[in-house]
This record gives sequence, C-alpha cells and structure tokens, in this order.
Amino acid sequence: MRITQGTFSYLPDLSDVEIMAQIQYAIDQGWAVAVEFTDDPHPRNVLWEMWGLPMFEISDASAGMHEVTACRAAYPDHYVKVSAYDATLGRQTTALSFIASRPADEPGFRLDRQEVADRRIRYSLHAYATDRPAAARSGLNGRSAT
Amino acid sequence: MSTPASSMPASSTPASSTAASSGPTGFAMPRPGPAPAPAPAPAPGHGPAAARTGGATADRATPERATAERATAERATAERATPERATADGAGGKTGTEASEHDALLAPGAILELADDRQARLIARILGDLDREFIGLAPVKDRVREIGALLLVDRLRGRYGLSSSRPSLHMCFTGSPGTGKTTLAARMGELLRELGYLRRGQLVSVTRDDLVGQYVGHTAPKTKEVLKRAMGGVLLIDEAYYLYRPDNERDYGQEAIEILLQFMEAHRDDLVVILAGYRSRMDVFFQSNPGMASRIGHHIEFPDFSLDELMQIAELMLEREEYLLAPAARDAFREYIGLRMRQPRFANARSMRNAIDRLRLRQARRIVASGGPIGRDDLMQLTVADVRGSRVFDDTLATPPPAGHSLDGPPPAGDPLTALAG
Repeated sequence: MRITQGTFSYLPDLSDVEIMAQIQYAIDQGWAVAVEFTDDPHPRNVLWEMWGLPMFEISDASAGMHEVTACRAAYPDHYVKVSAYDATLGRQTTALSFIASRPADEPGFRLDRQEVADRRIRYSLHAYATDRPAAARSGLNGRSAT
Repeated sequence: MSTPASSMPASSTPASSTAASSGPTGFAMPRPGPAPAPAPAPAPGHGPAAARTGGATADRATPERATAERATAERATAERATPERATADGAGGKTGTEASEHDALLAPGAILELADDRQARLIARILGDLDREFIGLAPVKDRVREIGALLLVDRLRGRYGLSSSRPSLHMCFTGSPGTGKTTLAARMGELLRELGYLRRGQLVSVTRDDLVGQYVGHTAPKTKEVLKRAMGGVLLIDEAYYLYRPDNERDYGQEAIEILLQFMEAHRDDLVVILAGYRSRMDVFFQSNPGMASRIGHHIEFPDFSLDELMQIAELMLEREEYLLAPAARDAFREYIGLRMRQPRFANARSMRNAIDRLRLRQARRIVASGGPIGRDDLMQLTVADVRGSRVFDDTLATPPPAGHSLDGPPPAGDPLTALAG
C-alpha cells in the first residue's frame, strides 16, 4: 500500500532533479531544510528521526540533496522525508514536507477492532512495517547519523 | 491520479495540442511549438503554493483536481513529445535525451557563428570587466579567459552531441602579500556563475578555525557544515597551510583535509575550492599532502605589481573613495611608492591601501588645523604636503629603518600611524 503523506504525495515519486528543485524553492524562501527518516509509516507518527541538523545556512540545493542521498544510502528500506521550516515570526512551522524516498516494499496497515464495554468498538491502525522489533529492522545497526 | 497520465498513448502531437488548451486548438499545428508549451515539470514556485490552495479550498475540490489532472497530463505529454520533436526536426536522428537544454542537436555539418553566440559575447564582457577591475595580474586573467573559453566550447560541443564533461576548477592562488589573491577569489564565484559553471556563486571564506574542531569527533561535522554552506559556490580557504601541522600528529587538521579531499572529488560539479596563501609555505603544504596537490588543477601564481601598476591601483582606490591627487602630489606619491617598495614588509596593493588611509588622516588633520571656510574641493584634494608628510621620505637618506624604530622617540610628523609603517 502506497503511503501518501505530505506535499505531492498523490503524484508519482519525484525524481532527484525534481527533489532538488523543491529544495531550491525552500532555500529561496528562506526556509531551513531538514532531512528525516523513519520506518514506521503510521499517519500519527509525526516525529521522524532527524538525519543531522536542519541546514540553516545552505544556499544551493545540492547540499540538501547530498544529505538526502546519504540518508537513502544508510537507510535504503526507510522512508526519507524532506521538510522545510519557516522561521518567520507568526508562522514558525513546517512550510513544506514531502517524501523523498520510500522502501520498495510497503506492506500497508491492518485495522484492529477492539471490543470495549457496552459492545462499543475502538479502531486502531497497525502498520505491518513495524511488526519486527526495531533493532532488527534498523538500517544502520544502531549507528547514529552524522 | 497518475494512472491516466501514464496510460496515455506516448505518441500524438494532437493529444498534446488539445491538452495545452491555451493554444489555438482548431488549427493543425505542425509540431507543438515552444510558445504555448506547458510549464517545466519541477517549476519550483508551483508545488507548495498550489498544494496549499488546494487544501484550503476543499469545496472547490473538483475544478482543482481537474486542473491538476490536466497539468499532470500536459507534463507527461510534454516529456514524451520531446524526443519526437527532435527527430521530427531531422536533427541527426538522435533520441533527444539531452534535448531539455537545447531545442535540437545540430547536424554534423552545421556551422556556428561564434560572434553571434550569446555566451561568447558574455565572456567578452566579463573579461572586459575583469580587466577594468583588476590591474596587472596577466597570468590570472589568462587562466580565467581559458576557463571561459573551455566552458563555451563545451557547450557548443554539446550542441553537436559531442561529449562534454565539466572540468574540475579547484584552484590554488599563491603570491606575495597584497597581490589580490583574496580579492580575486571573492570575485571568482560571481565570475563562474556568470560563465554558467556555478549555480549560485556565493563565496564562503574560511580559515583553519572554521574547519578544524577542538575535540575528537568535532572536526568532521564542522567541516561538512562549511562545505555544505559553500555548495553551489566557492569555498575560499585562506592560508590553507595552517590546516596541516606537521609537528603535531594528533592534530585534527589532517581529518579536515581528508573530508575536504573527499568532497572535492565527489562534488566537483557543485563546489569550487580555492586555496590561497604564500608560495613557499603552500609548497611545503602540498609536499606533505600530495593528494591535495593532485586534485587541484589550477595553480595560479600572482606576480608582484610593478610601480606603474601600483600607481594605477592607488588611483583606482582614490577614485572609489572620491579623493583627488593634485598633479604635484601625484609625482610625490609616485616617488613615495618607489621608496616604499624598497622597504621591508612591503605588501603590494595592501600597502597602497594603508598609504591612502594615512594620506586621508594627514589631510584631515591639515584641514582641521587650518580652520576657516572650506569647500567640496578642499575635502577632496590631497596635496603634496600630505604626501610628503610620510615617514618614508624622512628615511630616504638613512639606511632602511630597523624593526620597531617607530616606537622609540617622537615621530617627526606627530602622527603615530605614519611612523608605524611609513
């Protein structure tokens, strides 16, 4: 099942050139570009792991692309996201966020029904991708990102 | 949403002309002309803005989606149409994979007129500017001219479908103090951007402190941070030999050099590294880091300036600061330069800058001391007395002054700055 999160998620996957163009757009707006990754695609998992610090001072997209490529290489079976933070007073939030890389195999979700008091039903989503223990599915074997 | 686009037949001039509905759809167009062409695929301004409006106006979702769908279809057809256009033009029958940059490849027999080329004219203009801004420095200008010519030739080769790889432009500037190494490096980024080699052309100027960390594991992130900041532009490492300290084998400078080398190799399309420093110490640095020497293709030696060139430089500086030398003062200043050149610690253009600063000090003191009415010309004019007030003239009869002479005894002109370096 194809995960659709963030901007452009209903388009075909962006090529590297297109990713660079988006990063350049973010830089030109004065936003800080950051690279994040995770292997848990649950829609409520909003805090992904950070790949290094946000890049506040870069002026060319190739620097951002360098980090995306490095993150992809270290975690080939993870989702990699590019996010751009707008620090303008009054906005101060993520202005742009899109998936730059995804695992080849996306197993999707299972809907769990939990029966609670008075025959009420609670629903929850379970990502098959998180079935195995975290240590077993880590790409870097616990090595931290630089 | 991607399904209709990808399943669309790959052919069809008619399909693309109907999709680009802005054009006159009633006419059979011979080929999808460049004028009503759909926006290029990754148009940077479009993405997030379009997405935001799409999210905000949920009630108008249907037309939004329709336009989005059409945009996708246009993009797909545009991509598919490109190779066909190339072959339809009869342009050598190439598949047109490089056709994104130029409309079509030229036939092998085609002849180009160099004088008409936009970039050829651009290079001529840039080199003209360089000639005006920088006095002397013939070997440096020659090298810039070569680089500009190579980039032009590469582009022309590309138009015939010949292979053209980007040359590596890492450079090393060596020369005496004040010969313009740093100044030219700062200009180089702009220059290479105008020539189309760099995308941004910003200058990131660093020294050892900015690259080398203070404890284990500090250097690599620090160096990478600087390198990322410089990508798309020029990284100037001033006095690069300080990176390597042969007397301390645990020095982190070596680590910075290794990361630097790795980046210079892997990202030579995105980054130009310029090392600047004095010749003799740079030679020692390269001897102990052969990897660095071999990765730098352009070793440029900045020659010392001649007296005439120094005079021109000084006049240029005065002109920029809106001062005037009286004709007699000009002769005196020329004499001053001749004397100063023979003194120790002479630093070419930097000494000119200092001399002018002291000239201004003496002029200001003269004006304030004289009192009375003054006009615009008085504020601009530098007189013979201002020039002759220099300590350099006092020392002409004596032997070259010993170091630190300025500190003992009262300076004759009463101006400590004058005494300090003449």
